[in-house]
Amino acid sequence: MATVRGLTFRRGDRVIFQDVDLDIPRGQVTAIMGPSGTGKTTLLRLLSGQVRPDAGRIEVDGICVHELNWRELYQFRKRMAMLFQSGALFTDLNVFDNVAFPLREHTRLPDRLLRTLVLMKLEAVGLRGARDLMPAELSGGMARRVALARAIALDPALILYDEPFAGQDPISMGVLVKLIRTLNDALGLTSIIVSHDVKETAAIADYLYLISDGRIVEHGTPGALDRSHSPWVDQFMHARPDGPMSFHYPAPPYAADLLASPSA
Amino acid sequence: MSAILARLGRAVLEQLTRTGRAALFFLSLLGALSFMIRRPGLLVKQLYAVGVLSLPIILVSGLFVGMVLGLQGYANLVDFGATSSLGTVVALSLIRELGPVLTALLYAGRAGSALTAEIGLMKATEQLASMRMMAVDPFQRVLAPRFLAGCIAVPLLAGIFTAIGILGGYLVAVEQLGVDDGAFWSQMQAKVQLFADVINGVVIKSVVFGLVANWIALFEGYEAQPTSEGVSLATTRTVVYTALAVLGLDFVLTALMFGAW
Amino acid sequence: MTQKNLELAVGAFVALGIAAFFLLALQVSDLTSIGDERGYRVTARFENIGGLRVRAPVTMGGVRIGRVVGIELDPQTYEAVVTLSIDPRHDQIPTDSSASILTSGLLGEQYVGLEPGGMDSYLSEGDVLRLTQSALVLEKLIGRMLTNTAGD
Repeated sequence: MATVRGLTFRRGDRVIFQDVDLDIPRGQVTAIMGPSGTGKTTLLRLLSGQVRPDAGRIEVDGICVHELNWRELYQFRKRMAMLFQSGALFTDLNVFDNVAFPLREHTRLPDRLLRTLVLMKLEAVGLRGARDLMPAELSGGMARRVALARAIALDPALILYDEPFAGQDPISMGVLVKLIRTLNDALGLTSIIVSHDVKETAAIADYLYLISDGRIVEHGTPGALDRSHSPWVDQFMHARPDGPMSFHYPAPPYAADLLASPSA
Repeated sequence: MSAILARLGRAVLEQLTRTGRAALFFLSLLGALSFMIRRPGLLVKQLYAVGVLSLPIILVSGLFVGMVLGLQGYANLVDFGATSSLGTVVALSLIRELGPVLTALLYAGRAGSALTAEIGLMKATEQLASMRMMAVDPFQRVLAPRFLAGCIAVPLLAGIFTAIGILGGYLVAVEQLGVDDGAFWSQMQAKVQLFADVINGVVIKSVVFGLVANWIALFEGYEAQPTSEGVSLATTRTVVYTALAVLGLDFVLTALMFGAW
Repeated sequence: MTQKNLELAVGAFVALGIAAFFLLALQVSDLTSIGDERGYRVTARFENIGGLRVRAPVTMGGVRIGRVVGIELDPQTYEAVVTLSIDPRHDQIPTDSSASILTSGLLGEQYVGLEPGGMDSYLSEGDVLRLTQSALVLEKLIGRMLTNTAGD
């Protein structure tokens, strides 16, 4: 479905990605994981054409994303959806209107058909009864589910999830996990999840990529990575507090620091 | 010393790039306006938000300004026995200057800051980005309706402000201070010229101010840092910059229109 | 706020704004006297027009009958040629009427006052007023006064 070759991206002096290669197979859930701040969200932006790479080639469904002009890009984006970290619902519309938004903007469906579609999408995420609530009245987890319903409103081929599990209580987490996997299989979607929640992501992903310091450290099925011999991967996958990613921020020797006299 | 110069240089360059972005923003707004023809409902909703909801402050302020002009004008003219000119004084002050300028300043404080905060918040909560991801252009759907509504609202509000100010001046002058009713209106009608004063003053000035006020308000919101601090900073900038711009433009326009060239 | 109420409120707002502008145009400004250019034109020559300006009123007996529409300098005679536009309703102004440049009030603007003559023929388009009285120039007045008192 999507391929990334030789991707290099810099922001100012910082190298975010250096010569990265990715393959996203169709119809599967692929996860991109790594420590906070490694630019995982930026990767989603590169895939959706919101930013352009400095070097390399990103292709989705055979189309080179960063060579599209403005108009073509908008056409292209109708086939993909993105779920933002905060849900990003439109605060001045209620749940129903939020989910109906893409349908109203891009189609001319009659009201009755629109209503049916919106209710179906809401039913898929289990929130059909919440259709008249305003976003401010929803909990974080519910807001994300509504955003998910909105994301699948136009039946996209590809969905990008930006940190879907961040800051959720266990039950909401469980709901989201189930939803992402079920929707992917039921609707024949290709899903890309960017996350640092290892347990949840590994539970539903078909393939994992681990990114750190702008490079792919390792990739494979969840099972393979779990058994990996690399100490860094081991630390990440099993959430160990200390390992190759040191617990201590670089500092002078402890004893010397404590006994040192304060500078005059 | 060189550090100060370096900072100054950097600040100037930042301002220049910002101004450039502002100009491009304006062009994007203009480009998105044609979309409005197909979606008049968006315009109506925004006209309500910036126009109708600004009415209370405009009405009350206009009334009070007019009344104060009546009082002050009377106090100054009575020494010359020229109180029959009070109508002219009140009308010309409002039509040429106070109407458009005060309306623009009040608008910036009430509606401009609200626009900035709204857009800034939409940016901070990624609503604009998700709109782009859904292949909807935020300029067309969100920004242009607000811009057009604002540009329509400001001249209307200025007209209302001016009219009610004159009525306020009338109330104070005739009802309270005993200026002759006929003299108040007839002197005014003799001296206030439709094209030179009303069109030039209230109409043209308020149109220009409205354009600038809404442009600044939307631009600051669009450029705001996506944090609560950033949004509050942007709101402050809107009010300050609009005030400066309006007063500066007022000088230029007054010199062009009413200056003794 | 339902859609219908919204539209009602916006409609009322726009109507109020337009009404305000009408008020300004009709009640406050000199809209009613805009149609002056329909009048017939006569010219008058002055030695000095003082502070007279275009659009200044033309009166007869204190009643406004027209406007000044043009002021030019004759390069041969060095006189100021003032073109007056007189309301067509006042078509019985004798051809030997005189035009003076007067000041309204003590410090006010200057205007052209017509004093009727006694002829039976009346002014029409393109006529020239022969009898004119230039504006009073303050310096010359003072100068004359000084030489007068000096001569006593």
